Amino acid sequence: MKKMHIELTINGKQVETLAEPRELLIHVLRERLGLTGPHIGCETSHCGACTVDLNGKSVKSCTIFAAQANGATITTIEGIAGPDGMHVLQNSFREHHGLQCGFCTPGMITRAWRLLQENPTPTEEDVRFGMAGNLCRCTGYQNIVKAILAAASELNSAKEAAQ
Amino acid sequence: MITNAFEYYRPKSVAEALKILGEHEGEARVVAGGHSLIPMMKLRMAQISHLVDLQDVSGLKGITVSDRIVIGAMTTQAELLASRELAAAAPLMLEAALQIADPQVRNMGTIGGNVANGDPGNDMPGLMQCLDASFTLVGPDGSRDVKARDFYQAAYFTSRTDDEILVAISFEHPKGGYAYEKQKRKIGDYATAAAAVQITAAGGMVSAASVAMTNLSDVPVWSAASGAALVGTTCGPDAVKAAVEAMLKDINPGEDNRGPVAFKRQVAAVVLGRAIARAWSRV
Ligand SMILES: Cc1cc2nc3c(=O)[nH]c(=O)nc-3n(C[C@H](O)[C@H](O)[C@H](O)COP(=O)(O)OP(=O)(O)OC[C@H]3O[C@@H](n4cnc5c(N)ncnc54)[C@H](O)[C@@H]3O)c2cc1C
Ligand code: FES
Ligand code: FES
Repeated sequence: MKKMHIELTINGKQVETLAEPRELLIHVLRERLGLTGPHIGCETSHCGACTVDLNGKSVKSCTIFAAQANGATITTIEGIAGPDGMHVLQNSFREHHGLQCGFCTPGMITRAWRLLQENPTPTEEDVRFGMAGNLCRCTGYQNIVKAILAAASELNSAKEAAQ
Repeated sequence: MITNAFEYYRPKSVAEALKILGEHEGEARVVAGGHSLIPMMKLRMAQISHLVDLQDVSGLKGITVSDRIVIGAMTTQAELLASRELAAAAPLMLEAALQIADPQVRNMGTIGGNVANGDPGNDMPGLMQCLDASFTLVGPDGSRDVKARDFYQAAYFTSRTDDEILVAISFEHPKGGYAYEKQKRKIGDYATAAAAVQITAAGGMVSAASVAMTNLSDVPVWSAASGAALVGTTCGPDAVKAAVEAMLKDINPGEDNRGPVAFKRQVAAVVLGRAIARAWSRV
């Protein structure tokens, strides 16, 4: 099948590539663009390891054709740290043992990053509900939830201090 | 998991989309959020050679609350949840949408895809029966409205023809108490059984009741007899028992990885009992 020309804005940069329409976004990101941060856990829309941010929304990139994403603005885990180093969420996951093997972590953090923009002051229940599309086989979730709640309060104190 | 190869189209209007469907009769399919279709394509249970993406088609998104409630087919579950107007006018929609899939899936999955898909596991079709919704379909010969209660024929078979696009769903302002009660194995799962109930009261008694069930037959089940069993009662234990018994006559669940038939019938009885109690408490 003929390849199509695909243009994306990923982590602030314009990129172009050729891909067959049927290629999944996760395959284009990992194999054509070298962004191996988002993982493939199940490839069947269940685990959330492939989560990326597409036009401001968390999505599972194994369930979107490259062609559907053409023209989109995407943030992957590679785009979450700033010029001054790790994002608060990334440090918080390390601090609170929010990961063990780390396989689910890129998807977890990319989803949590959007969740905290949708709801900057979540309760524990909000975090659990908002993270329901991401599975972890190691941690039992407790420390992931703790890490996200701690990151939320740190981000909020930083915001208050800035005002 | 790689799907078969296809030509991809992104039309800007319903007319343009219909033209592509017409040119590739039987080989073309529309994709909305893709969260039912792409999994089927990955499994090669759906082989499509021309995929028509509706994301840029104008006029298919949005929620209008006026005489009737009208929801554009391409409105996502996340957009339903974000609408204060819809929450006020039809809280049943919100209670159900919150129990569909997970945040990432709700960001992509559309109400149109959910009702057009014809999968008995989908939650919106049962809800649409409960609310007596209508679906607006546009095809080469113009537009027609089909009642949700007449739309579903068998699993994955609906009265929509291959050359028609669902553009909107609409229903009257629901009145009275409501509940969507869903039993699932884990968060994000399809229903083992679910019940949608809407009840109105007059003079302390039920004046009308609508009962619909999800994933308990190869089509969603609207049980007229179950609703009728509640009318004229105060939803006491005998009335609920009669409504549950009437519903059990209308469902026909099959055994699958969610359990054997006897278990499904038991769960159906439990979720309907809870839904009636909650709807009555909100009248
Ligand atoms: C992990 C996971 C969990 C899920 N859990 C649930 C759940 O609990 N409850 C539930 O109800 N659903 C669930 N779903 C399904 C999800 O809600 C789908 O998004 C939905 O069923 C289909 O909507 P869509 O927009 O993605 O449609 P698509 O996948 O794009 O389309 C589905 C079908 O409908 C047709 N179609 C779509 N739009 C139109 C239109 N406008 N006109 C004509 N035909 C059209 C397509 O051609 C296709 O045949 C789940 C999905 C996943 C991946
Ligand atoms: S790899 Fe996409 S959801 Fe698991
Ligand atoms: S840390 Fe191993 S899967 Fe989550």
